Amino acid sequence: MFKFLTLTTSSTFTTSTTTMQLRLLKDKILAKLMLVLTLASVSLLLVIGIGLYYKSIPLLQRLSWGTLLTSGVWKPLKGLFGFYPFIMGTLWVTGIAIIIALPLSLLTSLYIVEYAPARVKRALSPFVNLLSGIPPVIFGVWGVLFIIPLIQKYIAPHFVEYSTGYSVLAGGIVLAVMIFPLIVSIISEVLRTIPQELKDASLSLGATKWETIKKVVLRKALPGIIAATVLAISRAFGETIAVLMVCGNNAVVPHSVFDTGYPLPALIANNYGEMLSIPLYDSALMFAALLLFIIILLFNIISRVILARLERKLAV
Amino acid sequence: MRRRKLEELFFRSLMVLSTVIVGGSFFLIVGTIFYKGAPYMNLDMITKIPGGGFYIGKEGGVLNAIIGSIYVAGGATVLGLLISIPVAIFINMYMDGKKFLSNTLRMAYDVLFGIPSIVYGAFGFLIMVYFGIRASLLGGIIAVTLLVIPILVRTLDEVIRTVPGELRDAALSLGATRWETAKVVLRQIRPGIFTAILLSFGRAVGDVASVMFTAGFSDNIPTSLHQPAATLPLAIFFQLGSAVDEVQGRGYASALILTIIVLIITILAELLIKKFSKFRN
Repeated sequence: MFKFLTLTTSSTFTTSTTTMQLRLLKDKILAKLMLVLTLASVSLLLVIGIGLYYKSIPLLQRLSWGTLLTSGVWKPLKGLFGFYPFIMGTLWVTGIAIIIALPLSLLTSLYIVEYAPARVKRALSPFVNLLSGIPPVIFGVWGVLFIIPLIQKYIAPHFVEYSTGYSVLAGGIVLAVMIFPLIVSIISEVLRTIPQELKDASLSLGATKWETIKKVVLRKALPGIIAATVLAISRAFGETIAVLMVCGNNAVVPHSVFDTGYPLPALIANNYGEMLSIPLYDSALMFAALLLFIIILLFNIISRVILARLERKLAV
Repeated sequence: MRRRKLEELFFRSLMVLSTVIVGGSFFLIVGTIFYKGAPYMNLDMITKIPGGGFYIGKEGGVLNAIIGSIYVAGGATVLGLLISIPVAIFINMYMDGKKFLSNTLRMAYDVLFGIPSIVYGAFGFLIMVYFGIRASLLGGIIAVTLLVIPILVRTLDEVIRTVPGELRDAALSLGATRWETAKVVLRQIRPGIFTAILLSFGRAVGDVASVMFTAGFSDNIPTSLHQPAATLPLAIFFQLGSAVDEVQGRGYASALILTIIVLIITILAELLIKKFSKFRN
């Protein structure tokens, strides 16, 4: 009887250790699997860069970085690939977008965070999210239907003799609307982190609300505003379909806001059909993608580091 | 004093004006699309594939593109989830005491989130050339999966972080392994997973730069992964480029369809987030 008892207890004991071991083993295997998935997905950052660079090598062997970036001649059939017009197109469109979007978004965030009554705040915030959910192609359609005629009929006639409306200005306006939600949401978040005591101190010294914002809030929020701007620039840099639809796409350096432009992403999207039929063309388009990737990667890292630092300062 | 009051008033009005412009731009866009798209909207648009002569203004609809988009976005979201859920769990449950590393990882996904879809499209195209895949549903799903992984990881990560530490500690102290604890946490964040799915699907269904190289285009509904698939945003883009008024008009109607789909998804996600945050408090 006793012997029987000890036998059963010992057997249950061994089964429980094996299930225990099984559970631990399962945990360990899954941990490794998750580690692999994490490393694989995060290494995309490297792999994309290497892949695009690898594909750009044939072009880079023919032409140097300097020529590629500064030459204005784009004649793929003759093997001439100058990216200068496209880089300038991108810079014009992005510049216009930021000039329009930054002041409007900053003032909007200030209103939402500092002035708006709770009711208005609650009513407003969904629209920012809804706007950010609208797909790029819809912004493009809107640009064609609304912004192009607006420029052609009402804005351009005051400044130039004739414009079709398809211009870097149209691209800039459409992009500006596209980056509103991004800038507003980041700046609002930064503004919310500024301690009430600081504002109270300024207000109690007799400063008006605007003076407090100007001298205390904005100064405190400056790094966050810079980070939001850098992030918005990199978003505008890579936006493809909407600018493709409204910029006119001429491989010429724009000299006024009413000139047509041909930003880098539009170049890639517009020519993928022919890229395999002309020598080096595919390499050139992958080089364009590489350029975008490098610039956007750098800008993103800079702004994320600033934002992370702000967050850490707040946590302390 | 008077000058200071005036300055206050001036900037305050500027702020209200800016808010009206930023908030109003949403209505302006949706309004324009409805106004131009509604006259061309009919049942054929969403129930028929392009007939012969569709592109010179004859009968048909964009069902091929609607279904294609749903296939691509759905496939990418499912694949993306299979990768992102383990990643989010790993960052949150398996990296205790390595705060610097886990925060660096989070930042890396934020940076990946900032990479534009045209770059994912170009890279997806490289992968396809490397493996000898032609423009197809499969190619589109691969490229879009890369695009949605960062969205899914960051959303799931935010949600997992809202789970109270006590819950995890309780499970762990009862002798549960980390994986068993993760299962408890996953059950807790179910509404958050739905939110992540909606956000990912919404982004995937509307994106065009990632699919234009990779998914191809076809007037038929794909029946296998290796057939090219039309997508709604690309259909809009092509139709708008047409010289025929009727075709352009149907482009506006297609834009209206896409807008409605995306608005429904975004509003659902908003509601879920609101419900979820109520839960938390």
